[in-house]
Amino acid sequence: MLWPKRLLTIAFKGLLKNRMRSLLTTLGVIIGVASVIVMVGIGAGAQADVESQISSLGSNMIMVFPGASRHGGASGGAGSYNRLTLDDVDAIREEAVLLSAVSGAVRTGAQVVGGTGDWNTSVMGVSPEYPSIRAWTIQSGEFFDERAVRSRAKVAVLGATVVDELFPNDDPVGQQIRINKTPFRVVGTLKAKGASSFGRDEDDTILVPVTTGLYRLSGGQYINMMFASARSLDESDAAIEEITGILRREHRLNPGEDDDFRIRSQAEFIEMATETQQVMTLLLGAVAAVSLIVGGIGIMNIMLVSVTERTREIGIRLAVGARSSDILIQFLTESVVLSLLGGTIGVALAYVLTTILNSAVGMTPLVNPGIVASAFGFAAAIGVFFGYYPARKAAMLNPIDALRYE
Amino acid sequence: MMSGRVIETRKATKHYVMGDLVVKALRGVDLTVTRGEFVAIMGASGSGKSTLLNVIGCLDEPTSGTYLLDGVDTSHFTRDEYAEVRNQQIGFVFQTFNLLPRTTALDNVELPLFYDRSGRFPDPKAAAVASLERVGLGDRMHHDPSELSGGERQRVALARALVNNPSIILADEPTGNLDSRTSVDVMSVFQELNEQGITILLVTHEPEIAQYAKRIVVMRDGIIVSDRQVWDRRSAARDLESMPSADEPVELEAQRE
Ligand SMILES: Nc1ncnc2c1ncn2[C@@H]1O[C@H](COP(=O)(O)OP(=O)(O)OP(=O)(O)O)[C@@H](O)[C@H]1O
Ligand SMILES: [Mg+2]
Repeated sequence: MLWPKRLLTIAFKGLLKNRMRSLLTTLGVIIGVASVIVMVGIGAGAQADVESQISSLGSNMIMVFPGASRHGGASGGAGSYNRLTLDDVDAIREEAVLLSAVSGAVRTGAQVVGGTGDWNTSVMGVSPEYPSIRAWTIQSGEFFDERAVRSRAKVAVLGATVVDELFPNDDPVGQQIRINKTPFRVVGTLKAKGASSFGRDEDDTILVPVTTGLYRLSGGQYINMMFASARSLDESDAAIEEITGILRREHRLNPGEDDDFRIRSQAEFIEMATETQQVMTLLLGAVAAVSLIVGGIGIMNIMLVSVTERTREIGIRLAVGARSSDILIQFLTESVVLSLLGGTIGVALAYVLTTILNSAVGMTPLVNPGIVASAFGFAAAIGVFFGYYPARKAAMLNPIDALRYE
Repeated sequence: MMSGRVIETRKATKHYVMGDLVVKALRGVDLTVTRGEFVAIMGASGSGKSTLLNVIGCLDEPTSGTYLLDGVDTSHFTRDEYAEVRNQQIGFVFQTFNLLPRTTALDNVELPLFYDRSGRFPDPKAAAVASLERVGLGDRMHHDPSELSGGERQRVALARALVNNPSIILADEPTGNLDSRTSVDVMSVFQELNEQGITILLVTHEPEIAQYAKRIVVMRDGIIVSDRQVWDRRSAARDLESMPSADEPVELEAQRE
């Protein structure tokens, strides 16, 4: 073995002598490594994003919609006939044991006037349990209570967007607003949920007691939907069955008859979203892997050309007394240095790219150390293999043949 | 070594197999060279001169026959042992110089020392500088081969061959790519090295160049057909003095501008 220091000197001299080629070789590694890290990071980031958005929807939430779940015969599609009432809600509240909370919901679009302006928003009539089901927190004032529901009180709790539109400067609590010309007193405001899930601004809402919403604003007898919270995520499915049983009895459905309502749960959403996200991460990862492989082919190409083009150099080295192992180690060292350099720059580039994506586009790629390590390792392996293999061929040549090589 | 026979080939042959065709480049060469000799190998193109020199230089192995270097039979040498011999005992000079491109004269000369495992050269750079000075190129050390004339390149190659203090220098048509004045110039360096005790084998086509050697061996069709001492040996250094300086016409042109 030669001195490691000498080997490194030989390798570095070789690399510096061929700066352009060295740069091109590393470029393949750089792009490959950076793209794998960023792409997989974007996938993982999006997945985490969706998961957190779903959990911000509520806690172990279950939603009940009116209408048949299967489109059989004469049924005119989802929601075409309204068959959910506040009595249904009361029945579930009294009987269900697997639920921690339940609330009816009546939604109406409304013109709201108050404070400094007027604003078109959606007004939801809900029960006092609603904030706990949907993971809402009170920003100021308080949420209305059961008494307000019983008395159909004209009280309202404003979402953050509505507060911004109507009361940009002062505290709305205690103030008077008009919803579709009916005067309401603001009793509280909701803490903003921030940039909303799935493109809807959830803060653009006003909550009123469910009875007030039903009888004073929408003027009907059916509610739009029901929200409930299972005691735990694991009990979600059992809770759905419990609700189904109660509603079928309330609606007097005969065995064999289809449900006239549909139930969706947060657990189901999470499952679905995770599945789509995993597919997306896989796709992104595949695209990135292709780019790493293309990068690898680039490295391979340049390495092969480089070693072939340097056959004479190898011949000269052999002629002055280099052993085959000296030549091999020289090329191996060059490859390793190049790959490690390219890998390091690739990781740094990935870091820069994720930072840019984060600040400019608002994406938050999650960089997984395992992916960093394997991208780095893969690129290094390609560099070493394709540097080593042709060098070995050249090093095993007869010195004269290597010298004669044109 | 005791016998003074540095090089001894016995019935050395070299066959190249090219498909069905077997080219017999050497067909039984017996050549003995003693320490301090200066041998010119001549012969027509294709007569096997380069092949013989490559075998002697351990760049190639004979197909059959034996080759004794310093009295040691090389036929059972491993690849690494051949490399060791090339590195320690032999300096090779090629017709086409074979310098590393984009590498300074100094780095080129230092190259064999990178692979020196004897520890004889604690300061490789200093050894390389000394070797360049020995061939009169002390002032061109930091030039790339592309910035040097043909004669200067061959001197760099010579300095590289010398840097390990070899006992033998093998040169395959070292003047083949040089004009006559530069050829004589390079030959003067060879003669000087020979004076210092280095054994030299030199392949050449030119009878005038062979006249600077002490002994001339002529080959034909892979065997030695003539082997004689040179009785009217010339001194390259003296010939150089009587030759017109290559610089003069250049100076005249410079003055005209
Ligand atoms: N690698 C090889 N493969 C096949 N044949 C070869 C090889 N090297 C040399 N030969 C053949 O061997 C013979 C001797 O070649 P060699 O190079 O020794 O000749 P030479 O005397 O040096 O000629 P020149 O004066 O032209 O350099 C030639 O016929 C040549 O074609
Ligand atoms: Mg020849």
